[in-house]
Formats: sequence, C-alpha cells, structure tokens
Amino acid sequence: MKENLISLGAIARKEIIRIFRIWIQTLVPPVITLSLYFIIFGSFIGSQLREIEGYSYMAFIAPGLIMMSIITNSYTNTVSSFFSAKFQRNIEELLVSPTPNWVIILGYASGGMVRGLSVGFLVSLVSLLFVRLPIHSLFYTVLFALLTSFVFSLAGIINGVFARKFDDVSIIPTFVITPLTYLGGVFYSLSLLPGFWQGVSKANPIVYMINGFRYGFLGISDISIFIGLSMLVFFSVALFSANIYFLKKGVGIRT
Amino acid sequence: MNALSITNLQKTYASGFQALKGVDLEVPKGDFFGLLGPNGAGKTTTIGIITSLVTKSDGKVEIFGVDIDQDFPRAKKLIGVVPQEYNFSIFEKVQDIVTQQAGYYGIPRDAALANSERYLRQLGLWQKRDSPARELSGGMKRRLMIARGLIHEPELLILDEPTAGVDVELRRGMWDFLLDLNSKGKTIILTTHYLEEAEQLCNTIAIISEGGIIENTDKKTLLRKLDHETFVFEVSPLAGREIPLLAGTNFTPVDETTLEVTKTKEQSMNAIFDHLSSCSIVVESMRNKSNRLEELFMELVNK
Ligand SMILES: Nc1ncnc2c1ncn2[C@@H]1O[C@H](COP(=O)(O)OP(=O)(O)OP(=O)(O)O)[C@@H](O)[C@H]1O
Ligand SMILES: [Mg+2]
Repeated sequence: MKENLISLGAIARKEIIRIFRIWIQTLVPPVITLSLYFIIFGSFIGSQLREIEGYSYMAFIAPGLIMMSIITNSYTNTVSSFFSAKFQRNIEELLVSPTPNWVIILGYASGGMVRGLSVGFLVSLVSLLFVRLPIHSLFYTVLFALLTSFVFSLAGIINGVFARKFDDVSIIPTFVITPLTYLGGVFYSLSLLPGFWQGVSKANPIVYMINGFRYGFLGISDISIFIGLSMLVFFSVALFSANIYFLKKGVGIRT
Repeated sequence: MNALSITNLQKTYASGFQALKGVDLEVPKGDFFGLLGPNGAGKTTTIGIITSLVTKSDGKVEIFGVDIDQDFPRAKKLIGVVPQEYNFSIFEKVQDIVTQQAGYYGIPRDAALANSERYLRQLGLWQKRDSPARELSGGMKRRLMIARGLIHEPELLILDEPTAGVDVELRRGMWDFLLDLNSKGKTIILTTHYLEEAEQLCNTIAIISEGGIIENTDKKTLLRKLDHETFVFEVSPLAGREIPLLAGTNFTPVDETTLEVTKTKEQSMNAIFDHLSSCSIVVESMRNKSNRLEELFMELVNK
C-alpha cells in the first residue's frame, strides 16, 4: 500500500511539473478567456440587465464561469497528458512497473484536478476584480468543485485512452463539452426558459454541477443540490470503473 | 533457479500476423544471455511479453519462478528493461525521468534521488541531470534508459539492442559496465545485431528466426558447431586455370584475382597453400570472409 502511495505521488508530481512547465499553455489562456467573459458579459452587457434572484448579473454568472474553467481544464489536462504519454510512449514507463491501474488512473486524475482547480482559483481571483461574491456555503462550493473536477479528469483519461491522433484530443471538448457548458446555465437561470426547454436542460449533467457550485456561493439553485451530488458521485464511480476496465484490457496501450 | 523461463510462447498480433510460434527459452540466474536474430525475428515481441507491453496469445513465462499470469506485479519488480526505441518524454528532465521511474516501483524519494545520482554518475550523465531529455545525444539517451532500467535494482536486466547507434568507444564503455553488473550477480539478457557484441559479452546464445528458437547453447559449443570457415584469397591472375579437387575444401573463383576458399575445420591451411602452389597460383593476401558468428548465423538460419 505504501508503495502504491509513493507511485501515486510520483505520477502526480510528474503531472504537476508538466502543468507548470508549460504554464503559458495551461494556465494563462483560460485566465485570459475568462477575463474577457467577465468584461464583456459581466460588465458591458450585464450592467444593462436586471438582477436574477436578487443578484447582479455579474454575480450570477461568475460561479458558472469559474466552473466552466474547472471543467474544461480538468478534461483538457488529462486527455492531452495521457495522449502525449501514449504518443511519446513514456506510458510504457508506468506499464512495465508494478503500479496498479487504479493508481495510474488516480495519478493522472490528480493532475487534471490540480490544473482544473488552479485555473478555477486564478479565475476566481480575476472575478474579484469585478464582483464581490458572497460565500453561502464553503462546504458545497469546495465539494462541487472537487467532484466536478474529478469527473472531468476521469472523462479526459478515457478520451486519452481512445485517442489515436492529435485531432481526437479536441473533438469531445469542441463538440460535446463546450456546447453542454454553454447550455448548462452559466449565463441564464433555467427559470427564464420555456417549460419544455427547462425539461431538456435537466438532462444535461453540467446544469447540476454549475447550479450546485453556484449554490455554494449564492445559496440559489435551479435544481436540487442532492440530485446534483448524487449525479457527481455516480459519474465518478462509473467513469473510474470504465477507466479500470479499459486499462485492464490494455485498450490503446498494449498490443 | 532460472531467472527467466519461457514455455511455448506464442503471439499473434491483431493484424493476424503470427510473430512467435512457440518459443522455449531458459536463462539461468547469473547468466549473460544473448538473443540473436535477424530483423523481425520476434526479439522485441518476446521482450514485450515479458514486460507486459505485449499480451501473449499462449504459453507461459516465469521470472525467478514467478508466473506472470499469477503475480505480474511481483515479477515486474524483478525486471529492468532497456527498450529498443526511446520511450521517455523528451520534455522531462534527465533526473526526473529516472527518479519518477523509481517512484513507480514504490521507492521513496530520498532513496530514488540517491540511486539516480549513483547511476547517472556511473553512466556519465550527471552533468546533464537538469537538461530536458531532448537535449541529449543518441548515445546519452541510450545511457539514460539504462540508468532508468536499473533504478529499482532489478535482478534481471533486459536490454533490447542497447548499443544501436552508439560509437565504438562508448560501446566498449557500455560493455565494461554491463560485464561489471553481471559479475556482481545480475542476470542480463541482451539482443543485438552486432555479433561481435554477443561474442564478447555472452555466455549463452540463442538464435531466433521467424518466431522460433533455432539454436540455444553456450557460446563455445555454438562456435564449435561452426564447421566451415570461408576465406577470401587475393591471388595471381588465374588465367583460366582449373583448380583440381581437394578434400575438405571448396574453391570458388570470384574474379580473375579473387578466390573464395571454404574449408572444414580439419583441413589445414598448409595443405591448401601447397595445393595452390602446385597449380602455380600465388596467394598474395587473405582475410576472413566475415565474422565467424555471422557465418554460423547464416548457416543455422538457412538450414
Ligand atoms: N504491433 C504489431 N502488429 C503487427 N505486427 C507486428 C507488431 N509488432 C511487431 N510485429 C511484427 O512481428 C514480427 C516480429 O517483430 P519484432 O519487433 O519482435 O522483431 P525483432 O526481432 O525485434 O526485430 P528487429 O531486430 O528489427 O528489432 C515482425 O514481422 C513485425 O512486423
Ligand atoms: Mg526489435
């Protein structure tokens, strides 16, 4: 067990070194993009809009924007790091070692979480320039951030396992994650939608993550927090098991 | 006890290609073992199966008695591998590559740092410890992979063509390094295309061809099997002379002044010279046609 912890530490350390080695690619762009969101949607447009449930538009979208950066960066980190390890074949360093699959998965996931949460933290700092966010419940804020980051890190690893060429790394973020995030209630409250579209939105898991996180700050949510938490726990377990299964079968890594 | 024992190992790749057709191999503990074979014979495939990078289709592999189907993690701890092709991240720093590999084997960071310093110094890479791996020369990259393969002190070290692309001086340095490791008790398995290398280093040599072992014996016995030797003679112009038959010897004119002479072990050189003198052919110079092991190799492969 002790050996597994050491191995987990070694993988996490490698991943963290990678994130900070290429910080111009990993940490800076999301902060710039999100700052633009704050300026354009929060300041320019938001100042013209009426309050949502007693909060300024800026305060309403800030948690969603932070969550959006956590989601994208957790995912991007594991998919690109895992794919690159396959591409350069240094994944073999891990495969020839006695490190069990669950440690490999947690190691890569921890890298995704460090990146997702670091960017989330930096974006939160940027948001302070525009709005003073209250904290309704630190516990839920942190819990939703951690679980969401974990879920998307795991999803990124699966993408990395199946990716065969560089293009495969960006397909899911572009065609699945970004649309679902935009439609996930970052910019509007579900109550503003017609009934039918509210129902459709509730099939989007990202809605639950963003609302749960927003609840942590503002104490308001379009959906039940507990459904959101259960969903995150379900996705964590399901994606983790799927990863174990794929690594055990050697998909994409053993011939 | 055997460091490695392989029985009826088979591999058919997803493409349907059968790369191994039932390989049997035993490497005693402490041996310096050479696995030789032409391109595509199945050397890397065999090593891939032993190190879990390739899944076997059938057969059994045991490392110091540990069956990889029963307890692969325990078997993996006993093996260090130096692959044929570079497989580290070129962006990572030399020492990081080695210490994180130690971490993967559960070695605490302090010990990993100490071990990495020792091996990086021994292999002449200590000055480069903070350089990203892409800044290393080809020979340095090989040595980096050797340091990485040794970092957890494996009992069995497997090297897949470790000296490919390494200059003569460095190669000799590596040989000394490997012989020293072997003398300290590590079992070493090496694949190579440099036959001189196998002759210099190995006690036992196996020859693999088209997915099967065609010869496996100690080096001396193997060399004794080399019952024919071929020499190239530079001679005075033959001018259409017929060379009469001579027992145990075969003369093949290559051109007007070159003669290939294949002789059995028993036939003496004196008899050959006398025979040529009697037909007024003057031998001006002579050389071995090729490395003896290479000749043996061709003989076995073409059988
Ligand atoms: N992933 C793969 N899929 C299909 N065939 C493969 C694969 N890897 C290797 N082969 C085939 O298996 C055979 C054995 O390959 P292998 O790499 O084991 O040879 P080798 O003895 O190491 O050769 P070399 O001396 O050139 O390194 C070759 O014919 C090769 O084309
Ligand atoms: Mg090979």
